[in-house]
Amino acid sequence: MTESYLGIVILGVIGVANAAFLLGISHLLGTDRPTPAKAAPYESGITPLGDTRSRFSVKFYIVAMLFIVFDIETIFFLPWAVAYRELGLFGFVEMLVFLLILAAGLAYAWRKGALEWD
Amino acid sequence: MEIDFVSKFDYLLILLPEVVLSAAALVLLLGDVFQRGQESSQSADWVGLTAAGSVLAAAAANGFLLTLEVTSGAPMIAADAFRVTANFIFLGATFFGLLFSFDWLEREGLDKGEFYVLVLLATVGMMVLGAARDLIVVFLSLELMSIAVYVLTAFQRSDPRSSEAGLKYFLIGAFASAFLLFGIAFLYGATGTTNLARVVPRVAEAAADGNVLLYLGTGLLLVGFGFKISAVPFHMWTPDAYEGAPTPVTGYMAAGVKAAAFAALLRVLTVELMPAADAWQVALWWVAVLTMVLPNLVALAQDDVKRMLAYSSVAHAGYLLVGVVSANALGRSAALFYLAVYTLMTLGSFAVVYHVAGKGDRRRHLSDFAGLGWRRPLLGVAMVIFLLSLAGFPPTGGFVGKLYLLRAAVDAGQVGLAVTLVLTSLVAYYYYLRVVWKMYFEEAPEEAPSPGRPGPSFRFSAAVCAAGILLLGLLPGTGIDAADRAGRSLTDRPTVESPAAGATTAGLDGPGATPASPSSESDGPSD
Repeated sequence: MTESYLGIVILGVIGVANAAFLLGISHLLGTDRPTPAKAAPYESGITPLGDTRSRFSVKFYIVAMLFIVFDIETIFFLPWAVAYRELGLFGFVEMLVFLLILAAGLAYAWRKGALEWD
Repeated sequence: MEIDFVSKFDYLLILLPEVVLSAAALVLLLGDVFQRGQESSQSADWVGLTAAGSVLAAAAANGFLLTLEVTSGAPMIAADAFRVTANFIFLGATFFGLLFSFDWLEREGLDKGEFYVLVLLATVGMMVLGAARDLIVVFLSLELMSIAVYVLTAFQRSDPRSSEAGLKYFLIGAFASAFLLFGIAFLYGATGTTNLARVVPRVAEAAADGNVLLYLGTGLLLVGFGFKISAVPFHMWTPDAYEGAPTPVTGYMAAGVKAAAFAALLRVLTVELMPAADAWQVALWWVAVLTMVLPNLVALAQDDVKRMLAYSSVAHAGYLLVGVVSANALGRSAALFYLAVYTLMTLGSFAVVYHVAGKGDRRRHLSDFAGLGWRRPLLGVAMVIFLLSLAGFPPTGGFVGKLYLLRAAVDAGQVGLAVTLVLTSLVAYYYYLRVVWKMYFEEAPEEAPSPGRPGPSFRFSAAVCAAGILLLGLLPGTGIDAADRAGRSLTDRPTVESPAAGATTAGLDGPGATPASPSSESDGPSD
């Protein structure tokens, strides 16, 4: 049983060794003369504009929450779709009920104004 | 009516109370939000009454469950007397919790519709947890109940204490759920199935082999459950969460969540994992002793009545664990009976604390109770009944419950637990009677505001809870019979003997599965 883990262990060891080697080599062989231009954060080649820290609006978290719920709903649809023939009418009605419950949740979120961006 | 899961409709029948309550929750959710839109935050009055009514409808459906009898298959949901009795306890906690909360929602101007929906959904989770005969269903229902309760704990968003309590409860609860799930995974690894009906002979095999996965899984399972019932090394969240949460929510949480977790614990430990009793009995013995001793000592030092009651409810979890550790039929019945009494007295005492605390939940100090017995005589009498029952004084249900637990412990040979129960109850008398003393033997200072007259739903619920406690204390016969029947029903039904069925038939059991061979497994050390 433990032989099957050998591949993963080797992968792990090589991964760690690779990263350690790269960082170690650059630390040992590189120079250490920081300038303000070198220390500025990378912004795809342009000169950095402004502070990297900004406050995020709380609207994003509501959108993220709704996304997670409906994404999981989609995920549940997939195995049902694969086994659709075996499940027959009972499976169809049951999934319909599941869908309706989540649609009720969507209706609630809509009515409460969670879908308003402004 | 016989259920053999040949007809698909049987799946609906066996879950009837939960379906009724979930449908009601959805209807309430949509109905409430569609009739008031997003400008107003005031729900109509019918929302609360509908919520309470749906709880009664679910109770009726619950009674219907008694007529069902599962004849084949190993369903993930049980349909035995234990489930029906546990459901009545949860529905009772919800009903009175809802009634007690009407005043609070009105006073604080909170969003009533959402509150009722969350409470109903938490109750659905509790009911499924009390019925679960598959570890995955245990986890699912535990999460359903817990997440709704986390939101309820933080319901009073304007109050930072409530948000803090909700966050603490959520973070620690998420950790505990992770432990529980890991334990379930290990138990599956040790036995090859998560279905509790099938698992018994496999657990015996695994225990005989000394399978490490079994012990690991049981230990992790105990951690997960221990958090939910606030057993001692895992109780640190309880005082903070109970104190910060709005008091009506605390009453509902302390009663319902604990009852549901204990119901699931009784099913999982004392029936299914009995062949591996050496795996958990010793550990749980220590947990029970610590849970009885520690919170009682800490509660002695509390000045805030709500925090004191929180510690006392942790201690009560310890008393209930005595019934779990003495894993005989008497222990199961005693734990169930005590859960019923505990629900009534917890809901009642927290409700009175809320009423005295007033708007914003400010006046919760011991000194705020001074003279309450004279200013609000009926409230004082009710509080005395609740406190005496919590302490275990003779004519109340608390005394009968503790006696029942002591009997179960002694029958199982757990004399140490019995002695600890009695001694810690004696210690607890001090902090319960201290409140009674304040209420009747101290004068309220003149400038102290008097708590107003409670609303009609509050008075009704307080009266019913107090009457229920006295009834269970003076005439416990029916209650004990019901608990006894429920406890015995856990081991009376046939289990499926299929150790050779393999891992492929784990879990869902549809038509054409292995027919049930009516062999009931061993019933523990003594019965």
